[in-house]
Amino acid sequence: MLELKNVSYEVNDENVNKEIIKNISFTIDERFVAITGPNGGGKSTLAKIIAGILTPTEGRIFLDGKDITDLSITERAKNGISFAFQQPVRFKGITVKDLITFAVGHSITTTEACSYLSEVGLCAKDYINRELNASLSGGEAKRIEIAMTMARGTSLSIFDEPEAGIDLWSFQSLIKVFEMMHEKSGGSIIIISHQERILNIADKVIVLANGELVNIGSKDEVLPGLLVDGPGCEKLVSKM
Amino acid sequence: MDKITKDLLEQVAGLHEIPTGAYNIRKDGELYGRNVSANIDIVTKTDKPGIDIIVKDNTVNESVHIPVIIAQSGLKESVYNDFFIGENCDVTIIAGCGIHNGGKDASEHSGIHSFDVGKNSKVKYVEKHYGQGEGTGERIMNPKTNILLREGSYMEMDTVQIEGIDSTKRETTARILDDAKLIIKEKIMTHDKQYAETNFSVDLDGENSSTDVVSRSVAKDESTQLFKSEINGNGVCHGHSECDAIIMDNASVKAVPALTANNVEASLVHEAAIGKIAGEQLIKLMTLGLSEEEAEKEIVAGFLK
Repeated sequence: MLELKNVSYEVNDENVNKEIIKNISFTIDERFVAITGPNGGGKSTLAKIIAGILTPTEGRIFLDGKDITDLSITERAKNGISFAFQQPVRFKGITVKDLITFAVGHSITTTEACSYLSEVGLCAKDYINRELNASLSGGEAKRIEIAMTMARGTSLSIFDEPEAGIDLWSFQSLIKVFEMMHEKSGGSIIIISHQERILNIADKVIVLANGELVNIGSKDEVLPGLLVDGPGCEKLVSKM
Repeated sequence: MDKITKDLLEQVAGLHEIPTGAYNIRKDGELYGRNVSANIDIVTKTDKPGIDIIVKDNTVNESVHIPVIIAQSGLKESVYNDFFIGENCDVTIIAGCGIHNGGKDASEHSGIHSFDVGKNSKVKYVEKHYGQGEGTGERIMNPKTNILLREGSYMEMDTVQIEGIDSTKRETTARILDDAKLIIKEKIMTHDKQYAETNFSVDLDGENSSTDVVSRSVAKDESTQLFKSEINGNGVCHGHSECDAIIMDNASVKAVPALTANNVEASLVHEAAIGKIAGEQLIKLMTLGLSEEEAEKEIVAGFLK
């Protein structure tokens, strides 16, 4: 279970303090939780705060009752948090198998490593020994990012816009991966997404706009109001 | 074979025992072992230290090992090795030098290698430099490589210096004739107060000649590196050089690329990037459970793989 208590995050931009995340509190214990809202609303920042990449200026974060606010990225990873980046990181010389091995945490056979790639729709033998470098397309790197997160099998996994760039692979397959991850680890999966089809599988939907939590509840409670009186641009909404 | 010799041979030539095929092992300035094959002859030079390696026309799938071991502190030597590769060959040459310096005097090896690669031949040349030893004496290597690639030939040169060489100044010059291609892959890591300088100069003289010079290096601690490359395009040719360096601690890396096109059909490209390890790479590995130190180690190891 993940709990955020009064979490705020401020940056100093040209001597002006700007609040990116404003006093957010919520609890996540469900299977799938979607975080949605307009671009620039603070979704990715919040994910980075949970993973320990950014330190909140105020508030506390608890994982399974333990205060993890002061833990490093590594310690949080070891305590059971995984984070699939929106923009996968490229390396030079480090192979897909190396990365999956790091994710699992101990040496594994090529067959084991391949099984994770097959789950995300990649022909394992074509990728397992490839470097995760700039020669891979955005979609390929994205699926490998998802495979790494899957390989970790932690109690909390965060996906930042996992659907972006995976055009050739269906949403249905992505959703199957989430279901399988939950089956295996029993943990919670947080998905940052704009996609209705992903929001539709969520047990809980959190809407962030301008750094504030504007709505939280079941998808039936939150989704109908999203476009009508949600935080979107009025002009844009009127055109839709 | 004593342990030091065995260790050094394994480090520089990947040898666990005496190799099969042609070889020439030089230890502490003297011949330690030699074998020739039906197609590959090795002859000691009479005018200066070194050997001639003569590969007959049409020799394929053969290898030559010519490692040099220095275990005696204070030894300084210059060795001339000349390779004459016939036509239509496909051979692998494994050179390399390992210095174990257990004393206080500097040990120094300068290997001057020249290659004359015959028409339509293919050569893979692997060179590894390595130093070890508890002594305070410096371990110095100054290799020189001069290459002539004749029509239609191909050479790949893999040169690696990962550890233990206090000072190195390496010079490589090449002349590439029609339809010939030279690939150079250099990997260097320096640490403590080490100094490494590399200087590549390639003349693309032939029609459709090409070269690809790629250097990857990591400079740690107080070490200094200088990378110079010069490609001269004198005909219809294609040249590419790339210097990619990771800098850490208080190290210093300087890249000086030069491209000269003397023909309107010459296509020459240089890329250089020097910088610290990307923060996002460290963060990604840390989110997988590695500590910052472990992440740094893996990134460097991958980069130099």
